[in-house]
Amino acid sequence: MWLWIHKFGSPKYFYNVSGKILPWVAGATALLIVIGLYLGLFASPADYQQRETVRIMYIHVPSAWNSMFIYLLMAASAAIGLIWNIKLADIVAAVSAPIGASFTFITLVTGSLWGKPMWGTWWEWDARLTSELILLFLYLGYIALQSAFEDRRLAARASAVLAIVGAVNVPIIYYSVQWWNTLHQPQSLGVGMSTIHPSMLWPLLIMALGFKLLYVVILLMRTRAEVLERERNNAWVQELAQALVGKSVIGSANEYR
Amino acid sequence: MTPRHRRRLVFVSLILLGVGAAAALTLNAFRGNMVFFYGPSQLATVEKAHERNLRLGGLVEQGSVKREDDGLTVHFMVTDNVKSVPVVYKGILPDLFREGQGVVAQGRLNNEGVFMADEVLAKHDENYMPPEVAEALKQAGGQTPQFSGTLMQGGLNK
Repeated sequence: MWLWIHKFGSPKYFYNVSGKILPWVAGATALLIVIGLYLGLFASPADYQQRETVRIMYIHVPSAWNSMFIYLLMAASAAIGLIWNIKLADIVAAVSAPIGASFTFITLVTGSLWGKPMWGTWWEWDARLTSELILLFLYLGYIALQSAFEDRRLAARASAVLAIVGAVNVPIIYYSVQWWNTLHQPQSLGVGMSTIHPSMLWPLLIMALGFKLLYVVILLMRTRAEVLERERNNAWVQELAQALVGKSVIGSANEYR
Repeated sequence: MTPRHRRRLVFVSLILLGVGAAAALTLNAFRGNMVFFYGPSQLATVEKAHERNLRLGGLVEQGSVKREDDGLTVHFMVTDNVKSVPVVYKGILPDLFREGQGVVAQGRLNNEGVFMADEVLAKHDENYMPPEVAEALKQAGGQTPQFSGTLMQGGLNK
């Protein structure tokens, strides 16, 4: 087990394996999102109260789930990097932050667009909305802290502490609608319960899976790029670059300079 | 696991425990005070309710919505099925506003016990379904819908 973790944690091994699975994950993501968007925007019925506005849910809810999921993954990975000093874990945490921040932003914007016609307000300081906004600030703080240090080790360690402390906000977001009287509606989905009709639930679940995989695709791509940059002085990256020059990829890029 | 790793693991666990406990205590202390709105029954217990700007939440009572001739001013009752509070509001109502629907009104209570609202927000519930299903449920003497049982068999054609 430990051997396997160290093997996968080695940047070179990760680079090779991720390169092989990336096209497959990317294909599955595209397929799921296309199907999900078609079902959500065209094939599924309008809601009995919200009418067509309900379709915002197919973007809003998967983004919101991702915003929390990515934060937990980022914090866990930062903790692993902090404790076991695994370089790859630091990279995963660092490159996840802007992705998570983007999904949080999408969640807030789509929620606002839905809130104006339905509730009658763009923004209201209720517990769910406020805690999600704090999540955005946590992401932004993490990104700022990452770039505040010249030294990568130091940056990873300092920002890991912030990520771990901020993780306490995630259960608050999740349970806010149960703990307090909020304007935001209570949750519609839970273990073995759903108050969403199947004709709307399936497109939602497909979109949610598509968005999860979209995160995986972007994560793999950004991690690979970051691995190459940090390992650029190592033999295996130099070899890779040499091979590319052989294929004249770098050569043709140079012609434009 | 080397002693160094174990020490760091303990350190991280302690941060999580400490922050978690602090947050739990704070939230528990806030719980009573952090309400987005008061229900009609709660409103009676609020101290100095007349002097404060507050939010009133509840259901719009069936048959209570009356519009004045100017087309903008609306009178309705907000109820929690125990007590009702009359509300007056002048302005544009959100799409989801209707009788039997949850609303949150912001404003203040005047001396006659009428709630003068500056803003009325509609509260949405957690139910999502097509109109035909809602109609069918209503005819069946509808209770809160629960689709978990039909999730697996239902599929997209329903």
